[in-house]
Amino acid sequence: MTVDAIIVGSGPGGATAADILTRAGWTVTVIEKGRNHLIDPDDPSRLAQDYSNDELKFLHRHFLGPDPLIEPRTFRTSEDDGERTYVGAVNSIPSTVGGGGTHADGKVPRFRPEDFRLHSIYGPIDDAAVADWPVDYDELEPYYAEVERLIGVAGTAGANPFAAWRSGPYPMASGAPMYGAVLSSAAAEGQGLHPYPAPTAANSVPYDGRPACNNCGHCAYFGCPIHAKGDPVAMLQHALSTGRAELLSETFVSRLRTDGHRATGVDVIGPDGVERTLGARHVVVAGGAIETPRLLLLSGLEHPLIGRHLMMHFQTMSIGVFPERLHAHRGRSVTHVHDDCMIVDDEARAAARAAGLPWIRGGMVEHGGGGHPVMEAQFYPWGPAHKEAMVESPLRDRLWAFIMQGEDLPQAGNRVDLDPTIRDARGFPVARITYRPHRHELVASAHHGPRHLRVLDEMGATWTAAASSPFVEGTTITSPFIDADRFGGPSAAIPASRHVMGTTRMGDDPLTSVVDRNGRLHDLPNVVVADSSVFVTSAGYGPTLTLVALAARAAASLVG
Amino acid sequence: MPIWLSDDEYRTLTAACGRLIPADETVGAVEAGVPDYIDGLLGAFAFDPPRIWAGGPSSGRFGGVAGFEHFHRLTALDELAWRMRIEGSLGIAEREFNGPVTGWQERYRQGLADLGADFCEVDGDEQDARLRAGGAFTTLLYEHCCEGMYGAPEYGGNRGTAAWQAIDFLGDVQPRGFTDAEVSEP
Repeated sequence: MTVDAIIVGSGPGGATAADILTRAGWTVTVIEKGRNHLIDPDDPSRLAQDYSNDELKFLHRHFLGPDPLIEPRTFRTSEDDGERTYVGAVNSIPSTVGGGGTHADGKVPRFRPEDFRLHSIYGPIDDAAVADWPVDYDELEPYYAEVERLIGVAGTAGANPFAAWRSGPYPMASGAPMYGAVLSSAAAEGQGLHPYPAPTAANSVPYDGRPACNNCGHCAYFGCPIHAKGDPVAMLQHALSTGRAELLSETFVSRLRTDGHRATGVDVIGPDGVERTLGARHVVVAGGAIETPRLLLLSGLEHPLIGRHLMMHFQTMSIGVFPERLHAHRGRSVTHVHDDCMIVDDEARAAARAAGLPWIRGGMVEHGGGGHPVMEAQFYPWGPAHKEAMVESPLRDRLWAFIMQGEDLPQAGNRVDLDPTIRDARGFPVARITYRPHRHELVASAHHGPRHLRVLDEMGATWTAAASSPFVEGTTITSPFIDADRFGGPSAAIPASRHVMGTTRMGDDPLTSVVDRNGRLHDLPNVVVADSSVFVTSAGYGPTLTLVALAARAAASLVG
Repeated sequence: MPIWLSDDEYRTLTAACGRLIPADETVGAVEAGVPDYIDGLLGAFAFDPPRIWAGGPSSGRFGGVAGFEHFHRLTALDELAWRMRIEGSLGIAEREFNGPVTGWQERYRQGLADLGADFCEVDGDEQDARLRAGGAFTTLLYEHCCEGMYGAPEYGGNRGTAAWQAIDFLGDVQPRGFTDAEVSEP
């Protein structure tokens, strides 16, 4: 049987494409290499009961995959490192039905108009491939609005003075602010910042047949036990409900089949380990910005830019410990953010000039609390002081932090390719990540970080510290609370960010881009990339809503 | 009777856990059942389904069904991963696609032996000195200690949720969750 489209990957991008295509009458097969813990394919109104408030399962035992022993990745900072410096988990986004949507805490901001036009507005930067996108905000706005309705986004229009224009209100009002965010927002305002309720893909009221979030506090990194997070559950439900979508989980796509001009289908290995070929009139690739280029390279596609311009947000963390308990284990993990560091103001221009750069941009800053107790416990030293630390809880119950998701400039040397030696359990070469930040990210981090330490002081912190990921040489955390041996080491250069972007960049010129403005491969026009691989620049916002809007737009262009 | 460890190994493990997270006015690792957590992890494949991932969506402690006690079935790839991690590759070709893997069982067998046959008899300072000299094994042991202490009790540690109570943490709160007031107010 030849379906209208095979969709590789069931995360936010693939699920959205499935929704749009089936709505137009297309038959689709959604193929996911991970397990299905999300939805009953035969009765999509029934959602699985597998997710839970279980730190061991989700944070320490790889329940959502990928398991780094079975599907490792490798890492190096540059070719000078040799073939690799690390084998294991690198920027892992869940490998499971629902993909990255399942584990995210659902912050889904839109980009702003200038984010698509950095080259025109601010100009080039040496050693970076700064370019405009072939699509602008006005063209994307109707898709932003549509996918906010599909997912179910809670937000407060007008609360962010820097926000882009919107054609309508958010589908739902914002949910309950976390106590720590109430305090940090007040302190941030005192320092001239403009915090606002984060646009969040968690229901504040019952929506689309799913319940309101009940604030269980197990949001980031966990699947939602009550399915109050809409991304990408809603789109998969819609697609499967048409009867025109099939979902194949535990099925690995090893290769695109082509006749030299067009894709004709894909080779897959199913849960039984048997290889077969599935035919399709179109292929939508939505494996994420690491697995998507890996598949294109495994398929022998030869565009020299496949895998290049990998971007990951540069995280600047400003951490404070407080006399009072902030109970960040209640609520949606992050309820407030601010965009001030995205704004190129006089101070940012001066900091850029002093560093010999034409401009710098930071990123959205999240107001968030501490983690979960096993993770916390592992940070404290062992011995008689351990339990005292756990009871006092400086790194969980009395911690508050700002995390800036800093714009990461595209560099051709930052890339995904196939590791020459390391294999996955099925025998295929794994993705090798070569990455190091541009000086722009370090300068922006150094400029914006200290301001947030002052906010924490104003909020009443008794101790503050700054840190970044990737770890920057020459910085250390010295703390009475932390076992210093847990920092540094070969994995410290690997960005903790799960925001991966840019490895099949979008553009009008086939010489400088891999896909066109509709996400189609220049070289194989019936293959569409529907994930953050197509990003030209990284902005400083979580990529999900933008990649979903682009996937919706790409799917709409397929069906005409 | 331990599940995977020998009786002697279990005694050494218990003494070591008692030094890593000692009791004070509330439970330490030993009282919380951490040695059983670790022994259960090393012997996870003695159960069907293996005790790797507790079920969902709730434990029953705050209403709802008691789903945690029904562990998930593993796929063939899941089983391969967890047998590699726990048992090691043991020269089995299917497990050595990237070379040999040393499993936790072997690391514990060696690491506990390295603490000394007299580990339970020597004084606390000497036990601490041997643990500090234990290097990567002590790091692994401590990570597992923290997991057993503060993980869900269905995995064999945190007995009666005593370790959560000691830090005033409710643990898994589904389906109760928290009210908006509990989220937004002190």
